[in-house]
Amino acid sequence: MTVFAFYMFAAFVIASGAMTILSRNPVHSVLWLILAFFNAAGLMVLVGAEFLAMLLIVVYVGAVAVLFLFVVMMLNIDFAEMRAGFMKNAPLGLAVAVILLAELVLGIGAYRAGRLELGTPTGDAAPIAGASNIENIGALLYGKYVFLFEAAGIILLVAMIGAIVLTHRERRATRGHQNIAKQNARRPDEATVNVKPEYGQGVEL
Amino acid sequence: MDYAASFALIAPELVLTISGLVLLLVAAWGGDKASRMISIAAAVSLGGAFALAAPAVCTGATGLDTMAFGDLFRADAYANLAKLMIFAAAGAVLVVAPRFFTGIGEMRAEYPILVVFAALGMSIMVSATNLLTLYIGLELNSLAAYVLAAFLRDDERSAEAGLKYFVLGALASGILLFGMSLVYGFAGTTNFMGIAEAVQGDLSTGMLFGLIFMLAGLAFKISAAPFHMWTPDVYEGAPTPTTMFFASAPKVAAVALLARVMMEGFGTQVDAWRQVVIAAALLSIIIGALGAIGQTNIKRLLAFSSINNVGFILIGLAAATVTGISAMLVYLAIYVVMTVGSFVAVLLMRDAEGNQVEGISDLAGLSTTRPALAAVMAMLMFSLAGIPPLFGFWGKFVVFEAVVQADMLALAAIGIAASVIGAFYYIKVVKIMYFDEPAGTITGEGDTPHWALLFICAAIVSPLGYLLTPWLGELADGAAASLMLPA
Repeated sequence: MTVFAFYMFAAFVIASGAMTILSRNPVHSVLWLILAFFNAAGLMVLVGAEFLAMLLIVVYVGAVAVLFLFVVMMLNIDFAEMRAGFMKNAPLGLAVAVILLAELVLGIGAYRAGRLELGTPTGDAAPIAGASNIENIGALLYGKYVFLFEAAGIILLVAMIGAIVLTHRERRATRGHQNIAKQNARRPDEATVNVKPEYGQGVEL
Repeated sequence: MDYAASFALIAPELVLTISGLVLLLVAAWGGDKASRMISIAAAVSLGGAFALAAPAVCTGATGLDTMAFGDLFRADAYANLAKLMIFAAAGAVLVVAPRFFTGIGEMRAEYPILVVFAALGMSIMVSATNLLTLYIGLELNSLAAYVLAAFLRDDERSAEAGLKYFVLGALASGILLFGMSLVYGFAGTTNFMGIAEAVQGDLSTGMLFGLIFMLAGLAFKISAAPFHMWTPDVYEGAPTPTTMFFASAPKVAAVALLARVMMEGFGTQVDAWRQVVIAAALLSIIIGALGAIGQTNIKRLLAFSSINNVGFILIGLAAATVTGISAMLVYLAIYVVMTVGSFVAVLLMRDAEGNQVEGISDLAGLSTTRPALAAVMAMLMFSLAGIPPLFGFWGKFVVFEAVVQADMLALAAIGIAASVIGAFYYIKVVKIMYFDEPAGTITGEGDTPHWALLFICAAIVSPLGYLLTPWLGELADGAAASLMLPA
C-alpha cells in the first residue's frame, strides 16, 4: 500500500512538474505547481515528516503559490508575442534540452552504479527518541543551527532594506500647499519691491 | 556546544551585526541627513571588527579551539586574514562613497549599512566550514551587493547593472546549490571535514558532478572565465564606489571560500579539481588581457583587469600546497591594495564641475594637467602589469614560485607568457597619460580623504612595499598552515 502511494505521489509530482513548464498559459502553470506541491507534501507524509508536509501546504500552497497567481494575472502577457521567435530559437533550445537529457542519463547511471545507503542518522543528527517532528525540527533549528537561523534572519532584513531602497520614494508635493495663515500675514511691503533699473540693465530679483 | 566560546569567536561578526542594526534604526529616524554620521560610524565599526579579527592572524590560530557552533563556523588564522582584507576594503569604500553620492545628490543612509551587512556576509563566507554556512554567507553578501549595484535607481546603467548582477547571481547560486545538494547526497553530510572523509579513495561520478557544479557556481562569484561575462557590464554600470567594493572585498571572500572548500572538503581529491582550476585560471588571464584591449571606459578596463588578476590568484590555488595557498593570500592582499588605489584614482577623475569622468581618452595628457594623479596612476598600472620594481610584481612572483615548486612548469610558463599580453593595455593607459595631447577634461580638485587613501595605496604599491614582504609572508604562511592542518 505504501509503495503504491509512493509511486502515485511521485508520478503526480513529476507529471505536474512537467506540466508547469509545458503549459502555455502561465495561470495554468501556477495551478500545476500547486498540484506538484500537494503531491510533494504527500511524499513527505510517507517518510514520516508530517510537520513539514503541513508546512508545505500552508506556506507554499496557501501563501506563495497564491501570490504567484496574483502576479501572473497582473502581468498582462501577450500570447501572440510569446509564440513569435519560437522557430528561430528552437535549435538552441533543442541543444540545451539534449545536454540536460544527457546529464540526467549520466546522473541516473551514476546513481545506479554506486547507490546511496540511507542509514539511520547517528551522533548530532540522531533524532530525539520519542519526540515529535516539531520538537526535532525545533531542537535542530534553535539549537545546533541557531547561528544559521539568525544569519538567515539578517538576509531577510537585507532583502527588506533592498526592496525599500530601490522602490521607496519620498513623497514630494506635486502642487504647492496653500498656507492660509501665511497668506493672511503677508504685508504689501514684503510682497512688492520698488526697483529703479539702470538703462539697458536687467532687474535682479 | 559552548555558546560563550562560540560568541567569543564570532566577535567581529557580532560587532558588525549589532552596529548594522543600530545604524539602521538611526537611519530610520535620522533620515538621509544622518548619512554622513552613519558612514563614519559604519567605518568605525568595520575598524572595530578589524581589530577583533587581527589577534587570531598574528597568533596563527588553528585547531579545534577555532570552531564555533559545532562544525558550522571556523575563526582560524586563514579566515581572519581574509577578514582583515575584507574589512579594510569595505572601510575604504565608506571613505570614498559619501563624496561620490553627495556630488550627484543621491546619498542615502542605507548605503553604508548595506556595505556593513555585505561585509558581514563575506566574513561568514570565509569562516564557513559547512555548506549551509557557505550558502548563507554568500547570499547575505550577494543580496546586499545587488542593491549596491542598483543604488542609483534613476540612472539607467546602474539599474541595468543591478538587474544583470541579480539574474546572473541568482543563476550562479542555483548552480552552486545544485552542486551542493549532489555533494550532500553522496557524502551524507554538509560539513567540510565530513565530506573529506567521505571522498577518500575513488570519487564517484555523482560527487564529481557536484564538485564541478560547485566550482562553476563559485567561479561566477569570483568572475573567473568562462563565467566572467557579467563583470564588465556590472562594473561599468554600478556606481564607482560600488565597483571598487565589488572588485576588492567579494573577490577576497569568494576566493578564500573556494580555496577552503577545495582544500578542506576535497583536499584528498586534488586531481579532480586542479584541472578545472587551471583551465579557469589560464582562460581568465587570457580573456582578461585580450578583452581589455579595445575598451574605452576605464571602469570596463579595470573589470577586465580584475578578471585577469583572478586568473593569477587561481594559479596559486592550483598548486594546492601550503606555499600555493600562502602565495594566493599574498597576491590577494596586494591585489586589494592595487584595486582600491586604482578606483580611488578613477574617482579623482573629475571635470571642472566636479562630475565624474570615465573615458580613457579623457586621461590624455594627464601628466601635464595633473602630474601627481598621473604619476600615482601610472605606478598603479605598472604594478597591476607586474613590472618589477613595484609591489605588484611580488604577488606574481610568489604565485609562480609556488607553482614551480609544485612541479607545474608548463602552467607557470603559459601564465608568464600570458601576463605579457596583459602588460600591453596597462602600458597603453600610461602612454595616453604621458605622451598624448592633453584632453583638458580632468581639471576638478580632489579632496583630502581621497588623496590620503590614494597615497597609502601608492606607498604600499611602491618599492617601499617590499619592506612588508617578510611580515606579510609570515602571516600568509601561518594562515595557509591553519587551513591545511586537519582539525
